Amino acid sequence: MKVSLSWLKDYVSIDMEVDRLADALTMVGLEVESVTERFAYLNNVVVGRITQINPHPNADKLKLCKVDVGSRILSVVCGAPNISNDMLSPVALPGTVFPDGYTLENSIIRGIESEGMICSEGELDLGTDKSGVMVLKSSLPVGEKVTKALELSDSVIEVDLTPNRPDCLSIIGVAREIGGIQKTSIQYPDTSISTSKDDIAGFTSVTIEDPDHCPRYAARLLTGITVGPSPSWLVDRLMSVGMKPINNIVDITNFVLMETGQPLHAFDYDRLAENRIVVRRANEGELFTTLDLKERQLTSDMLMICDGEKPIAVGGVMGGLNSEIEESTKKVLIESAYFNPVSIRKTSKKLGLNTEASHRFERGVDPEGIIPALNRAARLMAELGGGKLVDGVIDEYPKKVPARTITLSTKDTNRLLGTGLNQDEIKDLLESIEFSAKKIDMDSLKVVPPSFRVDIMRPEDLMEEVARLSGYNNIPTTFPAMPAEARNPVKLIDTRNRIMHLMTGFGFCETINYTFINRLSCDRLKLPSDDYRRNTVDLLNPLSEDQAVMRTSLIPGLLETVHRNIAKQVKNLKLFETGKIYINKGEENLPVEIEMLTGLWTGSRSDASWYAKEIPCDFYDLKGVVEGLLKGLCIDHIRFTRLPDDLCVYTRPGYTAQVFSGKELLGLVGELHPQSLRNFGLKQDVYLFELSIDTLIKLLPENRQSKPIPKFPAIPRDITIIVDKDIESGAIPELIENMAEELVENIHLFDVFTQDPIPQEKKSISLRVTYRSDKKTLEDDEVSYLHKTITDRLIEAFDASLPL
Amino acid sequence: MEKTIEQINQEALNELETASDMESIRALSVRYLGRKGIITRFLRNISKLPPEERPIAGKKANETKKTLDKIFKDALDRLETATADATDRIDVSLPGRMVLAGSLHPITQINRLICDIFTNLGFDIVEGPEVETDYYNFEALNIPKNHPARDMQDTFYISDNIVLRTHTSPVQIRTMEKQTPPVRIIAPGKVYRCDSDLTHTPMFHQVEGLLVDENVSFGDLKGILTTFVHRMFDEQISLRFRPSFFPFTEPSAEVDILCVICRGKGCRVCSQTGWLEVLGAGMVHPALFENIGYDTARYTGFAFGMGVERIAMLKYGIDDIRKYFDNDLRFLRQF
Repeated sequence: MKVSLSWLKDYVSIDMEVDRLADALTMVGLEVESVTERFAYLNNVVVGRITQINPHPNADKLKLCKVDVGSRILSVVCGAPNISNDMLSPVALPGTVFPDGYTLENSIIRGIESEGMICSEGELDLGTDKSGVMVLKSSLPVGEKVTKALELSDSVIEVDLTPNRPDCLSIIGVAREIGGIQKTSIQYPDTSISTSKDDIAGFTSVTIEDPDHCPRYAARLLTGITVGPSPSWLVDRLMSVGMKPINNIVDITNFVLMETGQPLHAFDYDRLAENRIVVRRANEGELFTTLDLKERQLTSDMLMICDGEKPIAVGGVMGGLNSEIEESTKKVLIESAYFNPVSIRKTSKKLGLNTEASHRFERGVDPEGIIPALNRAARLMAELGGGKLVDGVIDEYPKKVPARTITLSTKDTNRLLGTGLNQDEIKDLLESIEFSAKKIDMDSLKVVPPSFRVDIMRPEDLMEEVARLSGYNNIPTTFPAMPAEARNPVKLIDTRNRIMHLMTGFGFCETINYTFINRLSCDRLKLPSDDYRRNTVDLLNPLSEDQAVMRTSLIPGLLETVHRNIAKQVKNLKLFETGKIYINKGEENLPVEIEMLTGLWTGSRSDASWYAKEIPCDFYDLKGVVEGLLKGLCIDHIRFTRLPDDLCVYTRPGYTAQVFSGKELLGLVGELHPQSLRNFGLKQDVYLFELSIDTLIKLLPENRQSKPIPKFPAIPRDITIIVDKDIESGAIPELIENMAEELVENIHLFDVFTQDPIPQEKKSISLRVTYRSDKKTLEDDEVSYLHKTITDRLIEAFDASLPL
Repeated sequence: MEKTIEQINQEALNELETASDMESIRALSVRYLGRKGIITRFLRNISKLPPEERPIAGKKANETKKTLDKIFKDALDRLETATADATDRIDVSLPGRMVLAGSLHPITQINRLICDIFTNLGFDIVEGPEVETDYYNFEALNIPKNHPARDMQDTFYISDNIVLRTHTSPVQIRTMEKQTPPVRIIAPGKVYRCDSDLTHTPMFHQVEGLLVDENVSFGDLKGILTTFVHRMFDEQISLRFRPSFFPFTEPSAEVDILCVICRGKGCRVCSQTGWLEVLGAGMVHPALFENIGYDTARYTGFAFGMGVERIAMLKYGIDDIRKYFDNDLRFLRQF
């Protein structure tokens, strides 16, 4: 909402500098976005005197002028018909940026250089006339800036209004706030019209068929109107807030809209069938052309203003082309109404039409401001349009908007705000913005908010008024009484934090990717049609195809991050993300949100260095990270088993393991499938793991107990056995573990060997078994016996042999 | 006549002067101080002296033994240090085998900082779903359907009744439904708005706070937020509370802090105003309590919310919000 200082001063005297005013407005809740000098664009326009006029050698309609601009004489090409010798006019110098955006430069016009431009008032936004250059009074000093010579100075304040303050969507509304700040009263325009006759009833009528959507509709009629340009003061007022003048009748409705916040509409009375107004809902599917020349399809919940036959306006939103004011219009019917805010909002949303009128109606106009605004416009039209006001007013008000009375307790106010205000102070503050406040008893006030403050419903609303007028910053800063009490940390947050610590410790950088992904990501991951991750939650109004569905996996986001990094030559990446995936559970239900951890490694394990060559990362690097992570979380009984080839979807068959703790599946670790890799536009191998944090949390040990440190020495013994190549090595230590020998402390697989002299279809596996007792130093015989038992058991179980 | 202890001492020192390597010094040490060494023998022979001379001679001999022992050891140390320095060296300027730690995303770090400040103040951390019903995201927060306040937040819709939450405020409602006052929570998390340009990303992070108890006042809200800002930035950063509007609070406030970049002088970051808008806050609207079933005569409360990206930008001097979700490693590595 733009307001100009000059217009504000019509209603309130302002005794502070504009910057202070802007600050003060901001501090009472009308946030000032900007303060600009309205005429700053005229800084390069000066008063010039035409000293010579010669014909242009190459164009009949153009003239070559010599123009004295004080410091020098310019050569200017000009085509205006009204130039004459010795005339004073505004001359724009090169560098001027005109209101329409055009930047003036020295230019060659039809072969002749022009060093400036003699301007019309229309070109300078100082009026509407573009038929000839602007003629200035001959007494003005040549060479002076026109802003100084014509005393052009005005500040435009742009206020960012919150939706609860429709009363400030008007110059008077803002003036009222300034009055409240300054504790000065404001001057309302005269809106009285005294007539006793009801002649209007003979001309027209208003029928409201839907009082719920239109509680009040008022109208006045003027005859003998001459449609024409508005006087300059009116043009200036509209232009000062960025509105375009059209003609006197339309300008007056716009002027009153800006002045009072009440949207008005002017109909050409003679174009109304049966010369009357009917307010009703539209017929479903009906077509209607609005003033912006667009044909719109109506629905039956839209409120229409109609004449005796057909719709003539979308009520409270936009008028129709069929009743528009034209140059030939002689009789004008002015509408001033109160529409149901919800109805207007629905219609405006449905039509995609947000107008000055709908913006105000959907926030709520002043139900008691209908007649004053109507009278204001009628008086102006009679005065400026040369019309005659038909006596009488139509004011259909079938559904009275009730006044509100609120009881405000001083004690409650001070309790909520933390202030120590007394009843009189509160009363004064409220009265300064036109609230009526009467003492009921020592504590309470009976408050009636003014009708334009449609946002005030409850005592708390009044408390806010009290707080903002006395100044939020004058409320003492205190601290709440807080009992000493601590709750257990939330397990999810705690676990996530531990995971993040471990992952960064392992050298991984955390990423945060968008949680919405491209719908095609499921295809890129090659998910089968019945995969649960295809049950995506889809956005109805995505910003782009790349952000159209909620992710069901963290992998696509991470792979896109990899892609972006590689495109910038950052090729060695160790990344992870923790976050939710969202599985659709049907239209009516919220999706299931599952907290996941995904880690990814691509590029080198270690860069080339003075002590080693560059080594690319591999499966075991990432598996090691998973092992370290689970160990760090104290989750035991971890098993990795090969994911059967036919179950590998986006990971490479043969290079993928499922991760279990006991029987609980935690996730997988593997190499990205070459096809998926290609689908995401990647060329270098990517290893990744996925774990469900929700499952990890279930497996976290409740509490940890320390064990005694061993007192007796350990005895390590090695075993090497030769087994079939396709036996999974992990099964060997697992088998020993399952034997549950009390004296076996640790099993460590330290070598796998497949070359000569081991036969081709075999491999040798070497384990170190550590034996220890917590009761005594073990005897050699004892260990040897146990070691042989274990060895025999392995040979039997894996059909193994011992090396020669 | 046997040599005096002084003579022995002098001879030992003389010999030490000619000894040039560690081996000969060790031999010298053995010759004088060893089990069969000269001084050891001298000490043994003291018994042959007249009784009145014995104590003095013994004392002198022992002192000499101790002094010589230290002198020999020092000589050895010096020589050892000198030889070590002279021969065995590595090129310490070669790079080490660095173990490079990863990094937490700046949003995570600031999020934690915020949460730590409030948990220290006695708030609990609560999280909630990101895909929400219209009821929790709007209606229960006093934002009815077809209310202009809905325009304040551009919403992603899943269906007529399901949205991506536009703020973490639904967590307030979900918590109050489950818990009776006092309630002291903060709700961090991802939120979504249908808006993408230089200063907006469609997904971002918020932390909201809620405190409900008896006698909670606007002054208390100012106290908690002042403490927060002082901890997050520093004690010199003053706060400014401005009236504003949120459907779920009354009175409502926007909270500006003194620009942390220019300290109020005016700069590009604060658009020359000297102030930065960082928090929205207010007293919980009684309509929310009525929906929940809290006694509005007994309880009051305040709520506040802030954008994590914004605070991280100020804290780390990040100039472009889109960098957060590009995840350029060269960016992530800086934190």
